[in-house]
Amino acid sequence: MFDFSIITHWIHQALTSLMPEGLAILIECVVIGVCIILMYALLAIVLIYMERKICAFFQCRLGPNRVGKWGTIQVICDVLKMLTKEIIDLKHSDRFLYNLAPFMVIIASFLTFACLPMSKGLEVLDFNVGVFFLLAASSIGVIGILLAGWGSNNKFSLIGAMRSGAQIISYELSIGLSILTMVVLMGTMQISEIVAQQADGWFIFKGHIPAVIAFIIYLIAGNAETNRGPFDLPEAESELTAGYHTEYSGMHFGFFYLAEYLNMFIVAGIAATIFLGGWMPFHIVGLDGFNAVMDYIPGFIWFFGKAFFVVFLLMWIKWTFPRLRIDQILNLEWKYLVPISMVNLILMVLIVVLKLHF
Amino acid sequence: MNQKEKHSYLDGLLHGIISLLTGMKTTITVFFRKKTTEQYPENRATLKMFDRFRGTLTMPHNEQNEHRCVACGLCQMACPNDTIQVISKTIETEDGKKKKILDKYEYDLGSCIFCQLCVNACPHDAITFDQDFEHAVFDRSKLVMTLNHPGSHVVEKKS
Repeated sequence: MFDFSIITHWIHQALTSLMPEGLAILIECVVIGVCIILMYALLAIVLIYMERKICAFFQCRLGPNRVGKWGTIQVICDVLKMLTKEIIDLKHSDRFLYNLAPFMVIIASFLTFACLPMSKGLEVLDFNVGVFFLLAASSIGVIGILLAGWGSNNKFSLIGAMRSGAQIISYELSIGLSILTMVVLMGTMQISEIVAQQADGWFIFKGHIPAVIAFIIYLIAGNAETNRGPFDLPEAESELTAGYHTEYSGMHFGFFYLAEYLNMFIVAGIAATIFLGGWMPFHIVGLDGFNAVMDYIPGFIWFFGKAFFVVFLLMWIKWTFPRLRIDQILNLEWKYLVPISMVNLILMVLIVVLKLHF
Repeated sequence: MNQKEKHSYLDGLLHGIISLLTGMKTTITVFFRKKTTEQYPENRATLKMFDRFRGTLTMPHNEQNEHRCVACGLCQMACPNDTIQVISKTIETEDGKKKKILDKYEYDLGSCIFCQLCVNACPHDAITFDQDFEHAVFDRSKLVMTLNHPGSHVVEKKS
């Protein structure tokens, strides 16, 4: 497996030999920031295209197919259109909060995105409480959504934001509990360490029954966290026009839109990292030839393959089930997911204590 | 609500999971099914509209240039939009009887609402809707069509 830290170390040494260390680190930070933003935008384009195609296929349609071969340039055109649109100012809105909200959402999304381990040696934020940081950073987004609803001076926006707040705060619990279940098995919160431990088998196989339950609960709760799928009440089109981003236009709306898709990718990426082994290739014990072939596939392909597989699962859920009512959403969370994940946590502790895992 | 009360907690959970999986199975079969989208201008040559599609009103003629319209005017009366004008004339047959026959069957496509009441009203199945839907013309007068072919006459009864 190719180690990207060789390249990053080489760049760091080359820079420090030319200039003082502080300046070198500053330049590296800026370059990494630009890389993350570029990758963020690129992934958003890929995800929006994927969403439109997959949605179409689930509805027995073809989806965008006019602009470019198979409609591949469609989303790029949409992005260009979005960039040229005017950002409107509202009367009687809280101007500061109104303008701040999309940036809160996108910053939360960026911070979480930076935690994902793309390949060996390609982790941007990697420290000993990585998983904890990730959960904390992803929760900042809800503040942005609440601010957007509050700042717009619009009843629909406020109702959407309130729903979103209620929903995200409740589902944070089952996300936390399902990840905690895995932390019990992993014994570490450092993301690079988590991936390294899965070299001899992904955690979903190592932790068998409780890991699978945690994976399913994580997917459901993650879908709710991103305000997608059957849990898209905050922007329920038929009731609230567009929920908390009703009053936004141009690139401010674009930020919410980007953040929604990237949050989905982040949920999928975390699922891939914690349950499906991150950038670790798929190995079967005993089949050395097969394992060697799998090792030749670079790590980032493994990571993106797994993440996009989970994205597909999330889209499959989204385009299958109708939207839930708010009481049904809270019912599902408090009566089913939380008790099940608590029992699951105990089960996992028992399995780890009795060494029943692989 | 009734259905919910019937299930206990675990029973309802299991039931819910099974029904969710049924839904997911249905959508994944649709996902891999052949898509129904018609790419219209490109597939013009092979496009096949469904049988009950109502394109243009036509009067089918057989090889001897004969139609089945007896000029009774029921279609004209059934039409809610005055789209059809059945213009008849009276002729004298060989054995000296007077007979009303169709002279001109005028149909204004521009005011037709494709309700099919005329086709349903016709006792002789003389008119029907065909599959042709490319109706755009530059002048509204071109939409007024005469459905009976020139020189055609009604099918003689075999009796």
